Amino acid sequence: MTDALVPLMVLLPLLGAAVALMLGRRQRAQMAVSTAVLAAVAAIAAVLLAQVDASGSGIAVAVGAWPPPFGIVLVVDRLSAIMIIISALMLLGVLVYAVGQGIADQHRETPVSIFHPTYLILSAGVFNAFIAGDLFNLYVGFEILLSASYVLLTLGGTGERIRAGVTYIIVSLVSSLFFLSAIALVYGATGTANIAQLSVRLAELPQDVQLILHLLLLIAFGIKAAVFPLSFWLPDSYPTAPAPVTAVFAGLLTKVGVYAIIRTETVLFPESDLSTLFLVIGGLTLAVGILGALTQADIKRLLSFTLVSHIGYMIFGIGLASVAGLAATIYYVIHHISVQTTLFLTTGLIERFGGSTSITRLGGLRRASPMLAVLFFVPAMNLGGIPPFSGFLGKVGLFVSGADAAGGTPATETLGTSSPGPDWLIWTVVAIGAATSLVTLYALARFWNLAFWRPKAELEGYRSRLIDSVQEAPAGATVVATRTTPVLMLAATAALVALTLALTVFAGPLFELSSRAAENLRDASVYVSIVFPGGVR
Amino acid sequence: MTASLTLVIVAAVLFGTGITVMLERSLTRVLIGFLLVGNGVNLFMFVMGGMPGLAPILGDGVDPEAMSDPLPQAFVLTAIVINLGITAFMLALIYRSWWLAQLGERGDLIGDEDEMAEDAEETADLYRSSEEDDRAVQAVLDASDEDGGRA
Repeated sequence: MTDALVPLMVLLPLLGAAVALMLGRRQRAQMAVSTAVLAAVAAIAAVLLAQVDASGSGIAVAVGAWPPPFGIVLVVDRLSAIMIIISALMLLGVLVYAVGQGIADQHRETPVSIFHPTYLILSAGVFNAFIAGDLFNLYVGFEILLSASYVLLTLGGTGERIRAGVTYIIVSLVSSLFFLSAIALVYGATGTANIAQLSVRLAELPQDVQLILHLLLLIAFGIKAAVFPLSFWLPDSYPTAPAPVTAVFAGLLTKVGVYAIIRTETVLFPESDLSTLFLVIGGLTLAVGILGALTQADIKRLLSFTLVSHIGYMIFGIGLASVAGLAATIYYVIHHISVQTTLFLTTGLIERFGGSTSITRLGGLRRASPMLAVLFFVPAMNLGGIPPFSGFLGKVGLFVSGADAAGGTPATETLGTSSPGPDWLIWTVVAIGAATSLVTLYALARFWNLAFWRPKAELEGYRSRLIDSVQEAPAGATVVATRTTPVLMLAATAALVALTLALTVFAGPLFELSSRAAENLRDASVYVSIVFPGGVR
Repeated sequence: MTASLTLVIVAAVLFGTGITVMLERSLTRVLIGFLLVGNGVNLFMFVMGGMPGLAPILGDGVDPEAMSDPLPQAFVLTAIVINLGITAFMLALIYRSWWLAQLGERGDLIGDEDEMAEDAEETADLYRSSEEDDRAVQAVLDASDEDGGRA
């Protein structure tokens, strides 16, 4: 019975997109369809998570009843179910926000009739990537979500968005070409694309061939996850999109890449040992990203840089190669998806209310809108890692497992046969991580001080060392302050802020759930046994 | 697994030329480069299926060993469809970018009145030229009439 629910998570958004396209002229009906579809997917994911968590392993569905190595197989284990449920909730929240925005200004430049179908197709791609049990199906999931994201990013086709879109699209195309070549090579070397079967067959290949395939896949996923040397495209392309679109991209798309990296490390190549590489890359991503954030005057660009920077925490967690590290990473992914999405939505509200997103032109927002101040302050402190929020808990979790791995505490259980990197390197990255958290706090507090606490009257001729070093966004976008903040937009943002707070309140059970998800990933044989209960040849 | 060397060389050439063209500044060339590399990757994936063989349909007396591997072909078909869609989108994007470069944001704001004025000018040109044509034709006819009269 529940098996039938698994493909529905991809089918429902796709069918919903078709229906929404047909209802192009009836906005209210479109909204009803997309909201219902996303709510249904969230409900299905909740049911599946409960079932998978109770059974302790996972569900594998052979599409079209073709037995696993030949047909496409969809796999839901704890990690997939967690990722889908948090994504569906975020997509739902942002959809309500977007609807509120659409109702408020009836924008001429936003063709609302294609927004809903494209948004649902993006959702279908994200969900498909999370449940793909086949490398090629993962590629298809990526392509579905990327194609939809091209349309959403260039929505309205203004000069600025086309410029940003071109960078994004070409970088994504190159990453797809890498991924496809990697699949071709993997298939040539092993004769299969089924992830569970690959887990067994890749291990039989010579070490050097394994390393080439491994690195090729990591480059493809690294571009998507915006990991340091491959992250250059992100801060230039995300901030130009409409606020709800940026929020979804920032929250979800990079995490799909992180998810793929986790799968690669735990199922495809559990034997190979790239922990040191991951630690170095994680540390560099943290440091370079946050230094970029420091010099930005524009809050959207600042947040894009913190997004890149905080991906470093997840890469660090993966590089620890321990069950505890992975558990902390999964918790951090959940935290980061929700808090980053919420912050971008709040930024959209700031843009509407203040008429700008630059700290040199904003002031007096706290007095003007106390509600907006609360909605910004809570997630900002959360991202900055102030106790007791989930950002603090996630970072502490990562640092503790880092210290355990470096100190060689017997409590640390390594993943597969891989060993953690050298101790001094782990300590260094932990230090960089702590510093990054403080610098994030500094950058956000500076924005808070200038935009919210500084009286509007002082805006003219304001001199401060705080804003001497910042740079404006390259193309100063003309934003029209509307001053009207629809209730629906505020409500959606408030609901997401409440959700980030819930992650803090229920941190205990959530962390235990993440630990159980990580426990499933300790050994690739768990994943293999989900797909091939009777063993694999 | 054995593979055809010719196909491998063709794929390599497609990769090389495609990447070179992709590094150019012009968007159209980037697209052409993407198409070349994309086809290179597809060919590469096709090569990974091994040597060609019989159609992969199970029947009496058909040796499965002699069949070609259908899976890479299915992969390639999917990838071709995806490439087609992305190419269409890229072409629209390039056209849009060209439009903006030619007219700037103003291009979208050409109102109905401006357009009607332009249309009126064009029609005026048309009428004027046809009148001139008529006059010229008439002149020729008149001249020939005169010649005929003389003859």
